[in-house]
Amino acid sequence: MSELVGKLKAKTGFSRRKQKVSKESSLWWMYIPAVLFVTIFIVYPFMDGVRISFTDWNGFSQSFNFIGLEQYTRMFNDPTTWTVIRNTLLYGIGSTLLQNGLGLLYAILLNNSIKFRSVTRTIVYLPVIISPLIMGYIFYLFFAFQNGALNDALLFFGFDPVNALGNADINPYIIVLVNTYQFVGIAMIIYLAGLQGISKDFYEAADIDGASAFQKFKKITMPMLAPSITINVVINIIGGLKLFDVIVALTGGGPGNASQSSSTFMYDLYFSRQDAGYAATQGVLIAFIILVLSMLALWYFKRKEIEA
Amino acid sequence: MLKSKKKVLLTFLALIVAAMHVIPFYILITTSLKVRGDFSSRWAIPEYFTLENFTIAWREANLGPAFVNSTIITFSAAVLLIFVGSLAAYPLARRNTKLNKAAMMFFIAIMVVPPLTALVPLYQLVVDIGMLNTRTIAVLNNVAAFLPLTVFLYSGFIRSTIPKELEEAAKIDGASTIGIFFKIVFPLLKPVTASVLIIACVFIWNDYQFAIFFLQSSDVQTLTVAMASFFGENQNNLGLVGAAAFMAMIPMAVLFLFLQKYFIAGLSSGAVKG
Repeated sequence: MSELVGKLKAKTGFSRRKQKVSKESSLWWMYIPAVLFVTIFIVYPFMDGVRISFTDWNGFSQSFNFIGLEQYTRMFNDPTTWTVIRNTLLYGIGSTLLQNGLGLLYAILLNNSIKFRSVTRTIVYLPVIISPLIMGYIFYLFFAFQNGALNDALLFFGFDPVNALGNADINPYIIVLVNTYQFVGIAMIIYLAGLQGISKDFYEAADIDGASAFQKFKKITMPMLAPSITINVVINIIGGLKLFDVIVALTGGGPGNASQSSSTFMYDLYFSRQDAGYAATQGVLIAFIILVLSMLALWYFKRKEIEA
Repeated sequence: MLKSKKKVLLTFLALIVAAMHVIPFYILITTSLKVRGDFSSRWAIPEYFTLENFTIAWREANLGPAFVNSTIITFSAAVLLIFVGSLAAYPLARRNTKLNKAAMMFFIAIMVVPPLTALVPLYQLVVDIGMLNTRTIAVLNNVAAFLPLTVFLYSGFIRSTIPKELEEAAKIDGASTIGIFFKIVFPLLKPVTASVLIIACVFIWNDYQFAIFFLQSSDVQTLTVAMASFFGENQNNLGLVGAAAFMAMIPMAVLFLFLQKYFIAGLSSGAVKG
């Protein structure tokens, strides 16, 4: 996996190695179709979104007014904005912590030559390829108030049933849990690849010096896994901040707006509340948050890698 | 002695992990096998056997047509991605001009833009060009969304693994750039093409966020959209929901179990984008 990071650096030009500028023809016509695709379907809408965020457009009418920063003042005074930001960060950062913690534990466990390890890996990884929406419905069967598996188990052991999905204090955490369950396999696989890249010599040398298992983990395993951690954290943060399908399946953003993420809130504003201008403003905000957080994560872990 | 004890403990732990991760699928199966009105515990296996929920769900959720739509959209998008992406990557990997460096930076910068922020204006654009509720727009959108990653993967691969000498030899023999690309370079790109194919299959097949915006009419619905509207109508009939969810996840799950190695390798290379 460190090889992957190396390749990444080389490809993105982040490496310091200067490449000679070629004087040959650019053959630019070969990438014109790709540039057109991206410009029409990503760049143009993205810029248009910024324009719409300054209007009171309802999403279907021909006429609308430019109202300056009104949607932005509205956004910062709207208590729902803060719920949405809190949830979006919870989904992003909460899932990242859980997925990395669990993913690393699973990887360490399944890196041993034990029975059932490939079956277990397959089982843990399988949900990654299933649609998050469908995974959400599968968990709906588990958490449903009426005759859901969780409540059946609680009743069996003599507890009261809980309305887990309808309770605003619990359901954002359930969403984090489901998202973690679904994607922990990615973290596990990346950590497994990282672990397999660590030479056994380090551990043997540490054994000779009489290092404890914890010392070995802290002084050898963790620093050597730094590139895998960077990749995992960045993927998980981006994935978690964009969360949409699972929320739609489990809570629909409710009760009220209690479990709404930025994505589901924007969808609601646009389609159910005919508030396109405001939806675009929320879009600008989340784009900004995602950008800042992923850059911060990248910067922080890159620095760590260099130190290590 | 101690070593084998430790092994038994670790094996036991692995089994617990596996069991925990199997639970949702176990509940899915017991639920979908139980008829309406059977309120026995979801953990218990029914004492009878019927596929009633599956036949009803298949018909009422329109899973057949949805399956066809998902297949057409995913396959067309993958083919376009491979073609447009590899074509774009070639000059970016081979000709180090200022213009090409700028183009590469453009594609990398786009990868950072979260697509959802552009959904509102994109929806308007699609309405304006009259392509709402067409499979074509789903294909085009998905191609655009995954193109930067595709270009990135192809150009890295061409730069690091395809020897220039072959192309230079062909050039001396008088082959055109496009001829060199399709006859010599493209066939050597199989490993990345496999990755792109798998990434496209998993993410485009599973896509709901784009699909719910652009494919709302029932004749163009993909599996996820059909599943969501079926859930809306049958929220209280968990047996039907379970059966529909089971059938909707089966194609990708089976493909995964047979081609596991390729799926994991392909998705890991795409994981850089996430």
